[in-house]
Amino acid sequence: MRVLKFLLQKELRQIFRDKAVFRILFIMPMVQLLILPLAADYEIKNINLSVVDHDHSEYSRKLVNKITASGYFRLKDYSASFSQGLKAIELDKTDLILEIPAQFERDLVKDSKATLLVSVNAINGVKAGLGGAYVQSIIQDYNQQVRMQWIQFPRFDPQPTIEVTSSDWYNPNMNYRVFMVPGILVMLVTMIGSSFAANNIVREKEIGTIEQINVSPIKKWQFILGKLIPFWMLALVVLSFGLLIARFVYGIVPLGHYLTIYTFASIYLLAVLGLGLLMSTYAQTQQQSMLVSFFVTMIFNLMSGLYTPIESMPMWAQWITKFNPVSYFIEVMRMVVLKGSGLTDIKYQIFALLGFALFFNGWAILNYRKRSG
Amino acid sequence: MGKVIIAKDLTKRFGSFTAVDKISFEVEKGEIFGFLGANGAGKTTAMRMLCGLSLPSSGTATVAGFDVYKENELIKKNIGYMSQKFSLYEDLTISENIQFYGGIYGLTDERIEEKTKSLVKQLHLEGQEKTLVRALPLGWKQKLALSIAIVHDPAIVFLDEPTGGVDPVTRREFWSLIYEASERGITVFVTTHYMDEAEYCNRVSIMVDGRIDALDTPASLMRNYAAASMDEVFLHLARKAVRTE
Repeated sequence: MRVLKFLLQKELRQIFRDKAVFRILFIMPMVQLLILPLAADYEIKNINLSVVDHDHSEYSRKLVNKITASGYFRLKDYSASFSQGLKAIELDKTDLILEIPAQFERDLVKDSKATLLVSVNAINGVKAGLGGAYVQSIIQDYNQQVRMQWIQFPRFDPQPTIEVTSSDWYNPNMNYRVFMVPGILVMLVTMIGSSFAANNIVREKEIGTIEQINVSPIKKWQFILGKLIPFWMLALVVLSFGLLIARFVYGIVPLGHYLTIYTFASIYLLAVLGLGLLMSTYAQTQQQSMLVSFFVTMIFNLMSGLYTPIESMPMWAQWITKFNPVSYFIEVMRMVVLKGSGLTDIKYQIFALLGFALFFNGWAILNYRKRSG
Repeated sequence: MGKVIIAKDLTKRFGSFTAVDKISFEVEKGEIFGFLGANGAGKTTAMRMLCGLSLPSSGTATVAGFDVYKENELIKKNIGYMSQKFSLYEDLTISENIQFYGGIYGLTDERIEEKTKSLVKQLHLEGQEKTLVRALPLGWKQKLALSIAIVHDPAIVFLDEPTGGVDPVTRREFWSLIYEASERGITVFVTTHYMDEAEYCNRVSIMVDGRIDALDTPASLMRNYAAASMDEVFLHLARKAVRTE
């Protein structure tokens, strides 16, 4: 126990003395937390629209007005022909062409039927999909208005229509940030946890001080704990800063207890730090450990359910996410922050993370050798 | 006097390459034992096996009475080690380094404080306890590293080319530290490239291509090889080497 005290004391002295580490540890995540949630927004806005109006009627004008008034579209180009409109797409000026045929108004009024052409630039799939859907629902709405104006409904509508109203639970305003901020916070804590401790050990290998440790009677578990505990504490401090920002900048107050978040985060960090330590026992240089931990955290983050829902991944990919500690933390964060889940609700995730922690740290201790073969 | 290191046919192979080839020798308690050899002769590998940092391929050895195969962690309690690479923490101060290395060898707080005081005095570093080790000149760093390697009064201290790149005056001072340690009863096992230093040792072994080709006191070696200095003895033996770096 006394040996561990000296190891911790030494580690903390080194961390607090290194101004660069300190800056990276605190300022970088803070900046990211202030920029990312505002920038990385799922909602598609500012879709550039190109209109090719062959009709020039009151109806066509009304339709275009209605689309631009929705706030999602910007009328960027008003072409005389479809090929001109296509040119605008090719030049990347616009994302979507709405072609209104000649006699649109006449057909609509006389034949109660008219055709419109919507062409979408599908290079950016998300933008294309949502943009197309927005236009369609606006046109449908417009259609409804026209029908109301012109068609005399019979007293009883022979065709029953179902209207769907939805209410959004847990995030009633569909506030995107409430959803994203806790997730991004998890990502940041993960990056700190997995790469800092790993780099630290590899640095000792590079400088050669690890040899002095290996030739001393320090036990393997003491050494590993001596590296794990300081970074575990640092990551929890960073998490606290993040939660403060979430509260005072984004106004996100968790429905559940902060204590639940911290309990889970403590276990989670043991697992992630263990993974970092494990990587460090294999890496010989800081470049190696940086590259590997960069690769691993990137895969973990992309497959964590932060950006894309896990439920919509293919079955095999969903199985992979079961081995991704990040996905558990993101899930728990959202459960606690948005739904107010307590410890009993997340016990499955807690057990899973305890498993990860034991596995990674155990492997790290086994693989750390004081004596080479 | 007892024997603190007994090596018999100690061998280390890396694949098909035999770095250390069946070396046998004994080191007496309190002795200053010089371990000489050209670069790549196998000195560091042999030393690492004795320190429990590297597992021997065959042969036997005991250090401070403990077996290098099974009792390597017990050996580590009884030895000090100063590697070729500088191994103090440059971002810690002088007293913090002493505290850390004293602490991990289980010294009490009082003992650490005592040691810090005497060590600082011995090295004439009074008033600089709070200086980062990084800021010290190389010679001072090496002297400090030696003093810290024996802070826990081990039975044996292993020094791997401790005076590489150090100026002659500081080297002289370094050797007086070695003598002081030896007087305290610490056995000194030292590798070096400087032949004047070899003459300071009680006994010297010269390694060529992984084998020990000569082992005796410097005076007898010079007599046997009809040489005027250790330099000549070394050149005579090392020229036979087939292995290059």
